[in-house]
Amino acid sequence: MTALIILLCIILITIVLVQIGKVTELTAQIKGEREVLRDNSKWNGLLSLIFLVIFMVGVFVSTWQYKNQMLGYGPHESASEHGIALDDMFFITLVFTGIVFLLTHIALFWFAYKYRWSENRKAEFISHDNRLEIIWTAIPAIVMTFLVVRGLNAWNTVMADIGPDEDAIEIEATGQQFNWIIRYPGPDGKLGARNYKLTTATNQIGQDFTDPKNWDDVVVGQELYLPVGKKVRVRILAKDVLHNFFLPQFRVKMDAVPGLPTYFVFTPIKTTSDYRNELRKYEEYNEPFDPADPTGPKRWEKFEYELACAELCGKGHYSMRRILKVVSQEEYDEWYRKQESYYLTQVRGKDEDPNKDKVLDVEILQRAKAFSESIKSAVESEDEEAKTLTLNHINFETGAAALTANSKYELDNLVTGMNAFPQIRIEIAGHTDNTGDPASNRELSQQRAAAVARYLTERGIDAGRLRSVGYGDTKPLGPNDTDENRAKNRRTEFTIL
Amino acid sequence: MAHVVSATETLEEKLTQELGFDDQFHEHHHGDKFQSNFLTTYIFSTDHKIIGRQFLITGIFWAIMGAAMSIIFRLQLGFPEADMAWLRPILGKWIMVNEQGIGKLDPEFYYSLVTIHGTVLVFFVLTAGLSGTFSNLLIPLQIGARDMASPLLNAFSYWFFFLASVVMFLSLFLSTGPFSGGWTAYPPLSALPQASDGSAAGMTMWIVAMALFIVSALLGGINYVTTVLNLRTKGMNMWRMPLTIWAFFITAILGVLSFPVLFSGVLLLMFDRSMGTSFYLSEIVVGGQILDRVGGSPILFQHLFWFLGHPEVYIIILPAMGIVSEVLSVHARKPIFGYRAMVLSILAIAFLSFIVWAHHMFMSGVNPFISNFFVVFTLIIAVPSAVKVFNWISTIYGSNFRFNAASLFGIGFVSMFISGGLTGIFLGNSAIDIALHDTYFVVAHFHIVMGIAAFFGMFAGIYHWFPKMFGRFMNETLGKIHFWGTLVGAYAIFWPMHYTGMAGMPRRYYDGGASFDAFRHFEDLNKFITVAAIVVFFLQIIFVINFFYSIFSGRKSTTKNPWGANTLEWTTPINAGHGNWPGNIPTVQRWAYDYGKNGEEFIPQYIPLREDEHDHGH
Ligand code: HEM
Ligand SMILES: [Cu+2]
Ligand SMILES: [Cu+2]
Repeated sequence: MTALIILLCIILITIVLVQIGKVTELTAQIKGEREVLRDNSKWNGLLSLIFLVIFMVGVFVSTWQYKNQMLGYGPHESASEHGIALDDMFFITLVFTGIVFLLTHIALFWFAYKYRWSENRKAEFISHDNRLEIIWTAIPAIVMTFLVVRGLNAWNTVMADIGPDEDAIEIEATGQQFNWIIRYPGPDGKLGARNYKLTTATNQIGQDFTDPKNWDDVVVGQELYLPVGKKVRVRILAKDVLHNFFLPQFRVKMDAVPGLPTYFVFTPIKTTSDYRNELRKYEEYNEPFDPADPTGPKRWEKFEYELACAELCGKGHYSMRRILKVVSQEEYDEWYRKQESYYLTQVRGKDEDPNKDKVLDVEILQRAKAFSESIKSAVESEDEEAKTLTLNHINFETGAAALTANSKYELDNLVTGMNAFPQIRIEIAGHTDNTGDPASNRELSQQRAAAVARYLTERGIDAGRLRSVGYGDTKPLGPNDTDENRAKNRRTEFTIL
Repeated sequence: MAHVVSATETLEEKLTQELGFDDQFHEHHHGDKFQSNFLTTYIFSTDHKIIGRQFLITGIFWAIMGAAMSIIFRLQLGFPEADMAWLRPILGKWIMVNEQGIGKLDPEFYYSLVTIHGTVLVFFVLTAGLSGTFSNLLIPLQIGARDMASPLLNAFSYWFFFLASVVMFLSLFLSTGPFSGGWTAYPPLSALPQASDGSAAGMTMWIVAMALFIVSALLGGINYVTTVLNLRTKGMNMWRMPLTIWAFFITAILGVLSFPVLFSGVLLLMFDRSMGTSFYLSEIVVGGQILDRVGGSPILFQHLFWFLGHPEVYIIILPAMGIVSEVLSVHARKPIFGYRAMVLSILAIAFLSFIVWAHHMFMSGVNPFISNFFVVFTLIIAVPSAVKVFNWISTIYGSNFRFNAASLFGIGFVSMFISGGLTGIFLGNSAIDIALHDTYFVVAHFHIVMGIAAFFGMFAGIYHWFPKMFGRFMNETLGKIHFWGTLVGAYAIFWPMHYTGMAGMPRRYYDGGASFDAFRHFEDLNKFITVAAIVVFFLQIIFVINFFYSIFSGRKSTTKNPWGANTLEWTTPINAGHGNWPGNIPTVQRWAYDYGKNGEEFIPQYIPLREDEHDHGH
């Protein structure tokens, strides 16, 4: 209904306008050409002046109104080091172009008004003026030279890649329809290799897990963190179509191109809370964050740095938001410590793990640490139960008592433990599940326990501190009903005596 | 004044008899046997004046389509919460209606609208509708030729454009929707139907339409260049050509040199889409599917696209500049200031426009070192551009300026070109472009400097040459309402976008940035812009009504040369037939800008120089 009324109004206005047009045309014919020209001069000359004034005032008032959006001004100062140079360039250009804008517009509309048609005026015959033309070619040329030199200086500094020995964090952003996958290097500080052909549902960015550099890499969740004051190199890639890694407050913007990694180097200079405290000074940031909740948190309190996509990538282009938190080095370290390797938590040991049959150095290190802690607590414990520990990572050749090569580091951990607590003695116990003949099970478990003891004595542990027994299937941890449970029952344990 | 005009008319007839060039036109053509019925006169015509009108009317059709699309997506941006169910009768399934009966614009279709809007306005309206119209109408008339060098190819040029229009139009009705990857059509998005519905059949039709369009542009361009070079009447040396002709001539050269590059670009894209090649594709996983394409580069397409794309923006603006130079000079009753500088700056801009294309690609992953060169050349363009602005302003200085719809749009053009050109200086400096690239600042820049400015040039041309095209005048009052309203309205639409752009608001966001804290506080501004857009759209409807009404019932033109202009088109009969001049072709004795010289208000080009007179074109 309202639509219909609006439509009718529009039609009505149109008819009125057309009628006005017709009538004025008729009166014009009566008035004659001169009179019409005079009227035109009067009214349009006036309108030129009015427009000039309104336009110039409007431009300056609205610029003042929106000054807080101006790059490098007020709450819109750059949060990165290089951004300052760029904001300065913006300001310098604004001053030059502002002057030209004002002067040319005044001249244009003022001249149109001043030299409006009149019977008594004769146009001057001025075809050109070489001196004037040289001057107004030279001045823009000089200004442009100045802008180019300054601009390129800034550009080449900003876009320089990090040097080989520079202290910087390198992280990786991969755009896909319609989100970002952000990867941090693990403690080795290096990002592992990728091959897009390895992409699967669990391996979203095609990490090549045969590359040890990948084993500790972290794929972070919704929020990414960066330490303030530290140089960051973002390696930028895309899986499917073009995207653009855009951090507005940091003046960081670079296309993500499938098949062609790009990068951007920047240094955050304001933490999220620094930035919030600056925003706090401005009225508009003291409005409620959620208009529906006027007593709730203010805008500045909820401010976050945001990552956006700035290259059309399909129908979800507008929604590729992520949050970036810039924090102190300590807070960053704390956050970083909590991050877990994607490979070790999500892929390790699964079917798609190319290293299923290998033990990784990281794991050996981790396990050594865990082992020394558990042996310590077992020694110190009063509880009988707690004195028995399972050697989780030793394996024997199938149906034989020979230790596999991969088992030895665990026993080395045990050697280290026994050296650390020279007073302890242990019993090594072999267990099997209930498949096969119980007598041969018992024998095999006995041999296996003995093999362990033998290895330990070869490593210099006094044989008197060791005892080995084979229990066969007589002491299961639980029922031998499933493959899983049977696997639990096949084990080698030691008990601190 | 009346008796002055008729005096020149008789003088004109006398001079054309005495000095004119007799090409035995009347003996060869007793009338034009190819223009004997309605169909051959108005539809399959080879007369450049008719073809010009065909380009204009097809252009107006697309301008209305493109503007209507922009209103729909502006509604989405200004009033994201509003119910759009009322658009269902037109848009059908592209309006998603939920259980409460609230209709929402499908994001995929939002992107289709933006894409088709950009494509048709840049190519179909501001290239074909502007350069196509006025090059056709004015080149033969102003240089004193009976028609184009090849009237037949000229007609083909229109009909290829027509075909391109048909294909593009039909693509709007595909069930997967028209192409939706932006007017720049960057792969891989445009190459992979898996990545976007619009990249399926919609993109195929987009490419076909563009290929047909390029054929049209080339046929037209070659014709314009040949005609200007070979068919100038006696005495019309290059330095006596009106600036319109210079602009059309250089525009045509730009088109002929750059459109083939776009053609190869989209051809390779076609191969990537349908023949399994990898010109633009490498290491892609899309929708969980690992593609077996390696070795291509998406950036290659951007180079090919912008090698046309940048000259293309000058293909759009140069004709407008030429028209405005002519219109301002005629109505200022004063020579264009610095004619030679105007020509030289056109040449400089045209040359430079071929070596700045990568300023669209500062952030695309090209080697940052390369950008140094493009920054230098880009900012050099500001110098000839500034020279042109100063010359237009100086043309008005000391004039006796007649205000009418044509000359007002001329002034509006200069204002828009200044405002938009100045923001180019920000963007051309790659360091600043880091912050501004692909934000609304760019949208503001190019709509003001190219979109609105070129439209203003086109309007100036239409109001000015309407009597030549249709033998009638457009309504002046409506024209002036159209001008002042559009001037204010266009600034109201695009000026605020500078502010959202500075805040970092990316372009091509379906929800206007609502999901980002940094961008979502511009609701009021977005509403304001949308309302302004609707008002401006309405004003254009007034123009369209004025245009079609005036064709049939406008005030009749009773004199050959209603504006008192110097150029040759005003020596043809009011409704000139095919061949333009019934008798001899007038010959040219002087440059086109002797306004206010020797105490005469104007001295047309066919008037011989006085003994002691200095000619400005030599
Ligand atoms: C002083 C002269 C000019 C300079 C220095 C300049 C510079 C630029 C730059 C650097 C860009 C890329 C911005 C970005 O995407 O980040 C750009 C975009 C654009 N310019 Fe200009 N420009 C100038 C004049 C013009 C003129 C005269 C036109 C057209 C008549 C024009 C039309 C465009 C268009 C259409 C785009 C955007 C294309 C797109 O991304 O969709 N510019 N300009
Ligand atoms: Cu995107
Ligand atoms: Cu460009």
